[in-house]
Amino acid sequence: MLKRFTTDFTVKQIEAIEPDYILLTLKHPDNLPEINAGQFVEVKIPDTAGTFLRRPISVHYVDREANTITLLIRTVGNGTRMLGLLKQNDTLNLVYPLGNGFDCSKAGNRPLLIGGGVGVAPLLYLGHILKENGSDVNYLLGARSADGLLRMDAYKSIGNVAVTTEDGTAGTKGFVTDHEFLKSGVNQFTSMLVCGPTPMMKAISKVAKASGIPCYVSLENKMACGIGVCLCCVTDTKKGHKCVCSEGPVFDINDLKWE
Amino acid sequence: MGVNLSVDLGKGLKLQNPVMTASGTFGYGYEYDDFIDVDSLGGIIVKGTTLKPREGNAYPRLAETPRGIINAVGLQNKGVDYFCDNINPKLKKYTKTQVLVNVSGSCVEDYVATAERINELDNIPAIELNISCPNVKEGGMGFGTSCESAANVVSAVRKVYKKHLMVKLTPNVTSIADIAKAVEGAGADSVSLINTLLGMAIDAERRRPVISTVTGGLSGPAVKPVALRMVWQVSKAVNIPVVGLGGICSATDAVEFLLAGASAIQIGTANFIDPTISVQVVNGIQEYLVRHKIDSVKELTGGLLL
Ligand SMILES: Cc1cc2nc3c(=O)[nH]c(=O)nc-3n(C[C@H](O)[C@H](O)[C@H](O)COP(=O)(O)OP(=O)(O)OC[C@H]3O[C@@H](n4cnc5c(N)ncnc54)[C@H](O)[C@@H]3O)c2cc1C
Ligand SMILES: Cc1cc2nc3c(=O)[nH]c(=O)nc-3n(C[C@H](O)[C@H](O)[C@H](O)COP(=O)(O)O)c2cc1C
Ligand code: FES
Repeated sequence: MLKRFTTDFTVKQIEAIEPDYILLTLKHPDNLPEINAGQFVEVKIPDTAGTFLRRPISVHYVDREANTITLLIRTVGNGTRMLGLLKQNDTLNLVYPLGNGFDCSKAGNRPLLIGGGVGVAPLLYLGHILKENGSDVNYLLGARSADGLLRMDAYKSIGNVAVTTEDGTAGTKGFVTDHEFLKSGVNQFTSMLVCGPTPMMKAISKVAKASGIPCYVSLENKMACGIGVCLCCVTDTKKGHKCVCSEGPVFDINDLKWE
Repeated sequence: MGVNLSVDLGKGLKLQNPVMTASGTFGYGYEYDDFIDVDSLGGIIVKGTTLKPREGNAYPRLAETPRGIINAVGLQNKGVDYFCDNINPKLKKYTKTQVLVNVSGSCVEDYVATAERINELDNIPAIELNISCPNVKEGGMGFGTSCESAANVVSAVRKVYKKHLMVKLTPNVTSIADIAKAVEGAGADSVSLINTLLGMAIDAERRRPVISTVTGGLSGPAVKPVALRMVWQVSKAVNIPVVGLGGICSATDAVEFLLAGASAIQIGTANFIDPTISVQVVNGIQEYLVRHKIDSVKELTGGLLL
């Protein structure tokens, strides 16, 4: 496990992305420690009547030269909305890097990275690392409609990007599982690395099991500590309850009790 | 200037400072090694340990409520044998902090058998007997809600457990002072309080309870005034040391508990917000003593001016 830290970062940049996302770039006071793709941070939120715990957010991108971590955040409730109020040069405390992350050695030379909604967030840095390792990276990204497809240029700079939208405003109409990559085209891939809503991940897990392609999913359970001590975030696995924060968030679908 | 932070809770339990970490909120201690020098704490109380492994309750187990959380973990742990064989060896590296095991159970025989196993461990000077967990159906809190059953389980454990026996009390009772007197009479060496307050959270949009067990244990700053009041009442009722906890988030909070009558304190939920908080509280208590020109932290215990 990588060494974890609690560090005050400085907000280098905050950008609002319509309709309800923010892109937050945070600068480390000196040198960033090692961080794996698929790991997450626990962000300190100001203590108010409606917010008490930290919020877990995936590492979207790591820039080692600039010593920055970038987070892509969907503002869904009080905590994430408060993050949207941050200004340049504000201080933000992180506990990080947390969780296991994706095991890039198991991805093979042609992985398919599948994201839905804000679940696309961890896949940018993951694709970056896989590409550096020499893999041919393919993305399949799904959203409700075209305006929910975020940072397309960033993903396209890493690999081939296919998209689906539920309303058909961009790419294939439907869910990611309606895309040809998860139908007849599935056997061209060496692995599926997935982050998104649970129903989407369960549907992909079925496709993966039927085709025998290794599949790893990143779960988003409610968390308190983020470091494996409170046991609040468990998911039921074939080996009993496992902490999503410390034994995940990435799981092999064969270990989960998903049918 | 040197202020004295050490406290002696009796029967072989001496702490280098009054700050401990609460069971279920600090894992086995080593999870915090990356963030702090765990060996600089007064004590750490490890996760609730039962005779047999327990899977705990179903997910979701957590609700965030105003200035607190409700949990329904349900004593998930790998059982006392696993603790003794696989976890305890890793705790021997702590030589200055005292490691206590929180012993939980669902019947008197289980408590006794678990305490007997822990009694064999040389590096563990005390157990904290948890007769107050609201998150398990059978037993648990049930033992701590009547004077008779509380005294029963404590005297049964007392017979087999030879070292310091701390008993953790539930706030979900009419008179916590009466329960404290009962466990003192049954042979407890100290009492710690409070465990979580029974609470409930509802998701109105979905018309559903937030956690799988419907009701669960409330902790965090929301419970602090209740905890302070109970520490105050219990410390006046018993002659054994009182360990105070419930919502402590700062050194000032900790000092309030000491003034109310606690000899030592525990930090629980606040560890989740700031993994370095326990060490900050040790430093803050020291500063308080210096600022108030008090030589020893013992002088704070029960030092409330009325
Ligand atoms: C490992 C991990 C990585 C994550 N990465 C990201 C990320 O990169 N970007 C991002 O925007 N979000 C991410 N999330 C989800 C994010 O943590 C939650 O959206 C956030 O905690 C909500 O806080 P809030 O105070 O704004 O909303 P709350 O007021 O807490 O909740 C608002 C609504 O969001 C729902 N919600 C809250 N937490 C979660 C959750 N963990 N999963 C699903 N629904 C939730 C609630 O049920 C409620 O309906 C991640 C979660 C985990 C566990
Ligand atoms: C997630 C969680 C797990 C807990 N597990 C235990 C436990 O196993 N045994 C126990 O005696 N108390 C347990 N507690 C109760 C705490 O030790 C403490 O009594 C309570 O949380 C009040 O203190 P706080 O407000 O500082 O957290 C748990 C509390 C939380 C939040
Ligand atoms: S969030 Fe505490 S164990 Fe995972």
